[in-house]
Amino acid sequence: MDVFLQQLINGIALGSIYGLIAIGYTMVFGIIGMINFAHGDVFMLSAFIALILFLALTQFLGMTSLPLVFVLVLIAAMVLTSLWNFVIERVAYRRLRGSFRLAPLISALGTSIFLANFVYVVQGPRNKAVPPIFTNVIHVTAGPGGYNVTLSYKQVLIVGVTAVLLAAFWYVVQKTPLGRAQRACEQDAKMAALLGVDVDRTIALTFVIGAALAAVAGVLFMLYYGVVNAADGFVPGVKAFTAAVLGGIGSLPGAVLGGLLIGLIETFWSAYFSADYKDVAAFSILAITLIFVPSGLLGRPDVEKV
Amino acid sequence: MASQAAPDRFDFVRALKDAALAAIIAAGLSFPILALRAEPDIDNRLTLQGRWSWLFIAAAIVFVGRFLLALFDIRPRRKPATDEALPASAYRAARFIGPAGLALLFVFPLAVFAMLGPQGSLKWIDNYGIQILIYVMLGWGLNIVVGLAGLLDLGYVAFYAVGAYSYALLSTTFGLSFWLCLPLAGILAAFWGILLGFPVLRLRGDYLAIVTMAFGEIIRIVLVNWSVVTNGDAGISSIPRASFFGLPFTAGPNGFAATFGLKFSPIHRVIFLYYLILCLALLTIFVTVRLRRLPIGRAWEALREDEIACRSLGLDTVKLKLAAFALGAMFGGFAGAFFAVRQGFVSPSSFTFIESATILAIVVLGGRGSQLGVALAAAVIVGGSEILRELDFLKQIFGADFDPTQYRMLIVGIAMVMMMNWRPRGLVATRAPTIALGERRAISGALVEEGHG
Repeated sequence: MDVFLQQLINGIALGSIYGLIAIGYTMVFGIIGMINFAHGDVFMLSAFIALILFLALTQFLGMTSLPLVFVLVLIAAMVLTSLWNFVIERVAYRRLRGSFRLAPLISALGTSIFLANFVYVVQGPRNKAVPPIFTNVIHVTAGPGGYNVTLSYKQVLIVGVTAVLLAAFWYVVQKTPLGRAQRACEQDAKMAALLGVDVDRTIALTFVIGAALAAVAGVLFMLYYGVVNAADGFVPGVKAFTAAVLGGIGSLPGAVLGGLLIGLIETFWSAYFSADYKDVAAFSILAITLIFVPSGLLGRPDVEKV
Repeated sequence: MASQAAPDRFDFVRALKDAALAAIIAAGLSFPILALRAEPDIDNRLTLQGRWSWLFIAAAIVFVGRFLLALFDIRPRRKPATDEALPASAYRAARFIGPAGLALLFVFPLAVFAMLGPQGSLKWIDNYGIQILIYVMLGWGLNIVVGLAGLLDLGYVAFYAVGAYSYALLSTTFGLSFWLCLPLAGILAAFWGILLGFPVLRLRGDYLAIVTMAFGEIIRIVLVNWSVVTNGDAGISSIPRASFFGLPFTAGPNGFAATFGLKFSPIHRVIFLYYLILCLALLTIFVTVRLRRLPIGRAWEALREDEIACRSLGLDTVKLKLAAFALGAMFGGFAGAFFAVRQGFVSPSSFTFIESATILAIVVLGGRGSQLGVALAAAVIVGGSEILRELDFLKQIFGADFDPTQYRMLIVGIAMVMMMNWRPRGLVATRAPTIALGERRAISGALVEEGHG
């Protein structure tokens, strides 16, 4: 029971990170029907940006207040990563709308290869171990002989930041003119354009929002694991994509739900079956979902029209 | 030329401004990650090292690149020009490229051997010849799936791995010879292709791509973790070598050299391997070219152009896709078995996703469906990085720890994006119609409308 509780806590923290990345996949897919293969690497890039900003703030500028540093790093990483994704959309994807279907996917694959190798070349192949911060833990149950269930400050922070940002994001998509334009383009881009919505701008903003949430995930990932590597974009990216598919691609609540489910499945699988095969679990779920329930848990069925 | 249509085609000041803006954006974006490098110090604490020169170099590269693009006015054209059909003379000239290249490939190892002797030629035949030909074969195999049938397969390396491990396990466990294992490896890989393909081939193109990638990764993870059979990360070593019709390439009295009265040299085995992979690659292209003329090949091309139309005309698309998948997998398996016999060692680290991406990049950059383009792209991507590795003067410019192979995939990634934006059909974008009335004429690939499916 204690092990179960501990894994539940770990799974929710991990799932929050996946959910944040999954939103980027699901929004882009919803609006232009493209699998943004490079999104996982955008996430990895943001973790590196966060790492460097963190080191710069603490070492060069000598800031000691960790919460302040955290907030500054978070905001700066969100802004920079958003700009990155804005430029990527402009350079690599915009011209490919209306090209044949696999062209954007191949371009995204190229972008993914570029980003991973760019970070690899400029920052080196080795793991970067971040100095541990927010190391305190809360003891949930502390039996003398029993298993010690702990809830670390980091986990609280991850779930808290995720919840706050998701609420803000939900407000933007549901209540603001920008969100309305975004949803309109998602339903029918041509019609939205006829009614005066700037489709190009809206799509660019979708990429920006997706990247900002991925940057939050990147900062939290760096904080949680304490290690970043240039190859770290691929597997979390695929898992987040799995989460988006599982929740129903195109559906925002679905992405969060899928993220939490994937996080829980991964931690429980590692705890009760085999940590070696935890990636196989995620990849298998991806295949099984796409084969049997391609519309996911909360998605609409995809009707192909001629 | 499109440039003559626009009189003020080159605005020098505008191009400069444009390039400067691009360089500033690039420098601003990559400022933290490029100018500051996090390196662990003696106490293993990460510290930042400033490296401003990199920032300026990157900005300069972007500036020059952007300026050159404006200079040559390489703009993507949304609508292809209608008069882009190639002149017939170009097509006639192109006819001789194939046979000439083939002759060159057959003469290559002997010529190098004659010029440089057994020691000097080893590197050329092994590092360039065999290495490139493996990728040419993989590219041609994947081309059946991606280029002909239009299915994006991101897990092709799985079948390469199946072929390699089939030979490695069959030969080390049961002592079967290479010549028996080669067809077996192909059959096993094709079988895996059917097994993996069957449930997923109903999916849409981009979903299919992701699922094949997942399968590729699953196979690799199983190879890493199923240590009882695969020996895990350590891999399988001392895989038996191939023999020349029963004559082993050893120094002993029954060896190849002694039988033919030659002085023993390891180069014999390398030349033999070269011709072996050349024959395998030629088998691949021969089968592909012949299949294109059969109903199934035409059906594949129709499937690539428009799947819905195919279905409404009564073609069994799942069966067609499965056939393409299995055939591509089989050639991947052959290449895998060859890889195992050449290296004498296999481990899961040779079959990562980046390998799949490289093979796909070869197919995409060469032009999906174009055999010659794929071969050229393989030579450029694989041979290019080998050449870069040897350019010593680069080390003198950039410092001793400069490793050009690191930049290979960086450039490949950029090339894939640029190719999709500017020449989505690849470098060799002409297509000869499979059937034609009267004289055959190659047409520009841009004229062929590609459907969604």
